Amino acid sequence: MNINNFEDYEVEHVHRVYEHIAPHFSATRFKPWPIVESFLRNLPIGAVGLDIGCGNGKYFTVNPNVYIMGSDRSSNLVRIAHDRKSQDSLVADALDVPHPNSRFDFAISIAVIHHFSSPARRVASIRSILAALKPPSNDEHDGGKALIYVWALEQKNSRRGWGDGDPQDVFVPWVMSKRLPGSKNEADKHNRQTPEGCKADGDQGGKTHDEAKEGKDEKEGVTYQRYYHLYRSGELEADIASAGGIAIESGYEKDNWWAICAQR
Amino acid sequence: MKILTSNYITCAVKACKSSTLSFPLHFQDAELVQEEVDFNAEFIVGILPRIEWDALIVTAAELGFTNLPAQKPEPTEEAPLGEQVLKDLHKLLLETQVTEGKLVCGNCQHIYNIHQGIANFLLPNHLV
Repeated sequence: MNINNFEDYEVEHVHRVYEHIAPHFSATRFKPWPIVESFLRNLPIGAVGLDIGCGNGKYFTVNPNVYIMGSDRSSNLVRIAHDRKSQDSLVADALDVPHPNSRFDFAISIAVIHHFSSPARRVASIRSILAALKPPSNDEHDGGKALIYVWALEQKNSRRGWGDGDPQDVFVPWVMSKRLPGSKNEADKHNRQTPEGCKADGDQGGKTHDEAKEGKDEKEGVTYQRYYHLYRSGELEADIASAGGIAIESGYEKDNWWAICAQR
Repeated sequence: MKILTSNYITCAVKACKSSTLSFPLHFQDAELVQEEVDFNAEFIVGILPRIEWDALIVTAAELGFTNLPAQKPEPTEEAPLGEQVLKDLHKLLLETQVTEGKLVCGNCQHIYNIHQGIANFLLPNHLV
């Protein structure tokens, strides 16, 4: 990619998009992903953690015995998260989080770091998450743990059909229909049956960024293009290692790579 | 923003994190509301050891709560915390919220605004 300033690029192709699509996006994000749910449910009572890129805060209500501070770049999404009256939420950049180091029992960052547009920024975002975690003592696995999810390049079975050899840096259109969010149309019904929040509804097939255009479609409404870096097998674990962490567990679930990581 | 959150907030400027002056951030012109939250005694017992007590005392005093004990309560199996102590902590940490105001870094003096209960920590370009 020929990008002069990665941050400006993300403002244009990530932040501005989420700010515009926030209510529609949120209306399609309500079902927790199973691995995230079990990660949160297994935390000890009174555990304190972060949700970096919390979006509409859909994970806030999974476990009322832990405390989560969610943050997101999109103030429109944070407003929706805050209105849940559960946990707490604030507006912050994942690369400049306003949290002290070494204090957190856990962190989650679900479908977020694939929006950073350079390898250095993706690694920096993981380093920032790891820094917030409690470091392990001599007993190796007793420090804080973070669960990270990113979109996978390998998704031959999705309707996008991406796989080996396809470009990893893509634009994915979000089509915002003119219908109000939550209306009972066919697309919404489809969403409600799909556990993968990130994968349905307004998400359309991807294009490389050269092909992407933002514009209006007479029938569908407005199309927004979001930038994604699609992770290939092993890349998330490698980024975690580059950030000074270790992947304790990792795997693939429905078009996503995930890893539970800790400070090394 | 809940008082408990302020115990986990510092300046977003990277250079400030190594300074003891950046924690806790300092409230100014804070407007408070009380909002009822389900009381969960076990949660308060679980969270208490994690709290930076000295920082909580500073924050609470800035918001007008000056009745916290100087030392963090240390419950034992023989002498667990009484329900009233837990309820008082619950009220302060979870039910007391700052709806409007400012948070100021004691190191770089940068001001973060809180509006409608949400603090904004996005930095201007020159501080990133």
